[in-house]
Amino acid sequence: METLLYLILTVIKILVIVIPLLLCVAYLTYAERKIIGYMQVRIGPNRVNFSAIPGLRKLRGLGQPIADALKLMFKEIIIPSNTDRFLFFIAPMLVMAPALAAWAVIPFNDGWVLADINAGLLYLLAMTSMGVYGILIAGWASNSKYAFLGTLRSAAQIISYEIAMGFALVGVLMAAGSLNLSNIVAAQQGSILHWYWLPLLPLFVIYFISGVAETNRAPFDVAEGESEIVAGFHVEYSGMLFAVFFLAEYANIILIAVLSAILFLGGWLSPFEGIIPTDTPLIGWVAQSSFLWLAMKVSFFLFLFLWFRATFPRYRYDQLMRLGWKVFIPITLVWIVVLGVAILAKMPPWFA
Amino acid sequence: MKAIKDYIKRLFLWELFQGLRITGRYLFEKKITVQYPDEKTPQSHRFRGRHALRRYPNGEERCIACKLCEAVCPALAITIEAAPRADGTRRTTRYDIDLTKCIFCGFCEESCPVDSIVETRVFEYCGEQRHDLLMNKEKLLAAGEQLEKALAADKALDQAYH
Repeated sequence: METLLYLILTVIKILVIVIPLLLCVAYLTYAERKIIGYMQVRIGPNRVNFSAIPGLRKLRGLGQPIADALKLMFKEIIIPSNTDRFLFFIAPMLVMAPALAAWAVIPFNDGWVLADINAGLLYLLAMTSMGVYGILIAGWASNSKYAFLGTLRSAAQIISYEIAMGFALVGVLMAAGSLNLSNIVAAQQGSILHWYWLPLLPLFVIYFISGVAETNRAPFDVAEGESEIVAGFHVEYSGMLFAVFFLAEYANIILIAVLSAILFLGGWLSPFEGIIPTDTPLIGWVAQSSFLWLAMKVSFFLFLFLWFRATFPRYRYDQLMRLGWKVFIPITLVWIVVLGVAILAKMPPWFA
Repeated sequence: MKAIKDYIKRLFLWELFQGLRITGRYLFEKKITVQYPDEKTPQSHRFRGRHALRRYPNGEERCIACKLCEAVCPALAITIEAAPRADGTRRTTRYDIDLTKCIFCGFCEESCPVDSIVETRVFEYCGEQRHDLLMNKEKLLAAGEQLEKALAADKALDQAYH
């Protein structure tokens, strides 16, 4: 009975995380089309509204993601004749599952976490790198040259950037002295100046850029490379299977944004903590740490993802490798040493 | 010295930030999209759309079958056959324009000595079958009758440039 209750409660908690996450994914695609459109002096989607509901007629196309999802669900799934059917079907799931599983250890507020495990950071690293297997299998099972090229590129890219990303995380782990994400946030208590973005600035930048690379987003989207290899690993996929790849990609984007916020920008902590007392009339609430602060920080990073995509042309494959191996890894290594010295010297205010 | 400066510039992503500044500025720029079926761009009075054959105010058709338009048409889209009418005047018995061949250069309109063949401002037309895009004399005259007011006004606007 006890176990059953625990199981049901966990399932409910999972739903509470996953359903808003999928909604975020849906509306991230909308935000992406809208923001990139605006940056290209276009308007973006503004036709599909909820016209059946009287008050919602002029919503500037907010129904678009729902229309897209419905369309993809009703489309035929085409299976190319020489595919490995089992792998072909399992690949999108292998991409989706780690993208969702990683969310188990994410703390949304003080104590709002599904699995408060001590090796949270390690678990995240493991889960985010699992996704590449799905991509590999998708490219292999499709039995298509373009898909295979995309897969090879993707594998090489993710392995290269995983290292820089791992080193950036080592910096965080050294600074916080913990692998538990809640403890990492707690260690950043103080004001905006106490967060790790300042002492770990190079690691922060490298982590975020590697995160963009890890999620195969522009300007690191050589795995997709629309203009050279059509769509890379998912060129043979259609309908809902294709949609699952996209859901996973966007879930990963949000994950990277949340992680950047938690590891370097103090998660749910308020930037005015200790600057404005919480009992100040009128503006006291902004000094309170809450989920809203995390949401704001995440939105900022998500906006950066879209901004990058609207701005930068795709990296050439060799430039990509050079950046990963010859720029990011040396910088992280140097900064880890600098950080070690700072921690030994108990440099205030972060390591005192 | 320059090499060092360039290296530092690259390390601090200087040019990338410049790029971000430009796209960031365009985010707030006025959008230039024309929402087509709801909004339309202005048209010149010389707009070259689908053709029409005009008539004189007294109802007499203008075309005298001189075949200048047929001769000038670079796409060979116009086919004319002519014969004397009962009252002895020269008229077309056939006046076809193949819109699938036409390149809308407007030479037919320019060559016409009696302002008979004109290109109207109508550009929103389609054909579900091929013959829908083959215009004949009846269709052209009907289009001319329907649009005569607008066509006359456009011609009047153009007078100043002749």
